[in-house]
Amino acid sequence: MELPYLTISEAANLIKKKELSPLELTNAVLNRVEEQDGKLNSYITVLKDRAIAQAEEAEKRVASGNYLGPLHGVPIGLKDIFVMKGSQTTCGSKILEGFVSPYNATVVEKLLGAGAVIVGKNNMDEFAMGSSNENSYFGPAKNPWDTDRVPGGSSGGAAAAVGASLCLGSVGTDTGGSIRQPASFCGVVGMKPTYGRVSRYGMVAFASSLDQAGPLTKTVEDAAIILGAIAGVDPNDSTSVNAPVPDYTASLTDDLKGVRVGVPKEYFIEGVDAEVDSAVRKAIELIEDLGASVEEISLQYTEYAVSAYYIIAPSEASSNLARFDGVRYGFREEGAKTMHDVYFHSRAAGFGDEVKRRIMIGTYALSSGYYEAYYLKAQRVRTLIKRDFEEAFKKVDVIVTPTSPETAFKIGEKASDPLTMYLSDILTIPCNLAGLPGISVPCGFSSAGLPIGLQVLGRPFDEESILRVAHAYECRTNWNERHPEL
Amino acid sequence: MKITKDDVKHVAELARIRFSDEELLKFTEQLGNILEYIEKISELDTKDVEPTYHVLDISTPQREDAVKPLLGSEEALENAPYREEDYFAVPKFIED
Repeated sequence: MELPYLTISEAANLIKKKELSPLELTNAVLNRVEEQDGKLNSYITVLKDRAIAQAEEAEKRVASGNYLGPLHGVPIGLKDIFVMKGSQTTCGSKILEGFVSPYNATVVEKLLGAGAVIVGKNNMDEFAMGSSNENSYFGPAKNPWDTDRVPGGSSGGAAAAVGASLCLGSVGTDTGGSIRQPASFCGVVGMKPTYGRVSRYGMVAFASSLDQAGPLTKTVEDAAIILGAIAGVDPNDSTSVNAPVPDYTASLTDDLKGVRVGVPKEYFIEGVDAEVDSAVRKAIELIEDLGASVEEISLQYTEYAVSAYYIIAPSEASSNLARFDGVRYGFREEGAKTMHDVYFHSRAAGFGDEVKRRIMIGTYALSSGYYEAYYLKAQRVRTLIKRDFEEAFKKVDVIVTPTSPETAFKIGEKASDPLTMYLSDILTIPCNLAGLPGISVPCGFSSAGLPIGLQVLGRPFDEESILRVAHAYECRTNWNERHPEL
Repeated sequence: MKITKDDVKHVAELARIRFSDEELLKFTEQLGNILEYIEKISELDTKDVEPTYHVLDISTPQREDAVKPLLGSEEALENAPYREEDYFAVPKFIED
């Protein structure tokens, strides 16, 4: 088997036994990126020299008997939203083109500390705003299963790269579905941990009460490995939570005896594609066969989630993105003669249309006279959505749904209508509003050969239950053994 | 109450973004459609519901007030689009 097709746990076993050289593996991945990424555009920056240096270092450490664990010497990608000292971080935006961070994000520190090799920075929708990766200043990433289609977004480059074996895993971010939806579209595993589980320090902020980093991988076990490496409290992020980080791989079992699974009727609505519906229902039957008890539940406020989200997230974004002013870093429009022009012209030329739309919605929702009707009202609705889940989790341990109402759509299909694009996140957004952990795991293919994802949601800080369910399901299926032809 | 072109112009001023006339028209239409959709939440009676600003029950953590190494001025200025000596440079904005 070609080396880039290895999973993280397979590579780790070989590296640990000194049967696989981190340098050989890294070179194989870099070569594949060089040969294939022209078709996918899944990387904004490839860090070839740095990756080789990291791999050499990893190799020396293994040789000297200093093995660091399952990410040691493993080449992974990283969404271009995490700052990394000495290399460009663009966040998919012209306004940050050429920005070189003077420090590392905590996620980067932790990955490097675990011995991981970072091969490059993955493409993304500008400032993580989008569901298709079409909003990247650096051009759209493509879906490896059909390059006329989107890989999903906003972590579209990360999902495409993992799906096409252009890295063994990646780390993305999820504000309203930005890890899970592209994972679903590209046939990979994608996990959003509980809000507060992973530090946001050094992760360019979109909507601070919703943003969370998490893994995109080929298997659930690999997601557990990356989560274990990046989770934990951080003094540089006051919203990171001081809760013990369990060994997530230990929660992976192949039966589901005693697990209570809820199926919310509000997630199987008109608008969910028939093939998606049928694949997810088959997955639920299999989960029942594995020993879980399944019952229908109701999350009655689901239909209000998108509205509340598209007030809260843009409001927070409008505030966070005020820092891009053309003064301290980032793009400044040449020839701006007054301070007013520096702000107005740099932001006009530096931001793309979707980012401007969200800044405008947020500014409007927070502006005098509208705050109560929009922002405050949305936060009250958020309480109702959160309570829905709290009630449901009194009866069940996990909730299963489709990840996305549809499979990957064509590039350009929704680009002219922002609202239609927003509605594609309808099944992933409630999880973010309530701060819950969620995972998407492949559960089949459409007749057109496009991947379908199953979403599993859990109680706050109970990542173990969703990993367990997703893993047990994955063990009984072989969807992740299929690879796209590039 | 549909958002008007003048509303959008005002919001653009608050958001510090320049728009051409053509863009203002496009954004007025798009924002109008989005706002019409999100107004769906007004159907709900939330009179007695507390807002959730944040999902975690967090308090402001405290730490020792100790000096720690931070970015030096050279590093802080590395990404400045324009600098003069140890300062970020901007056009003059105080009248003579």
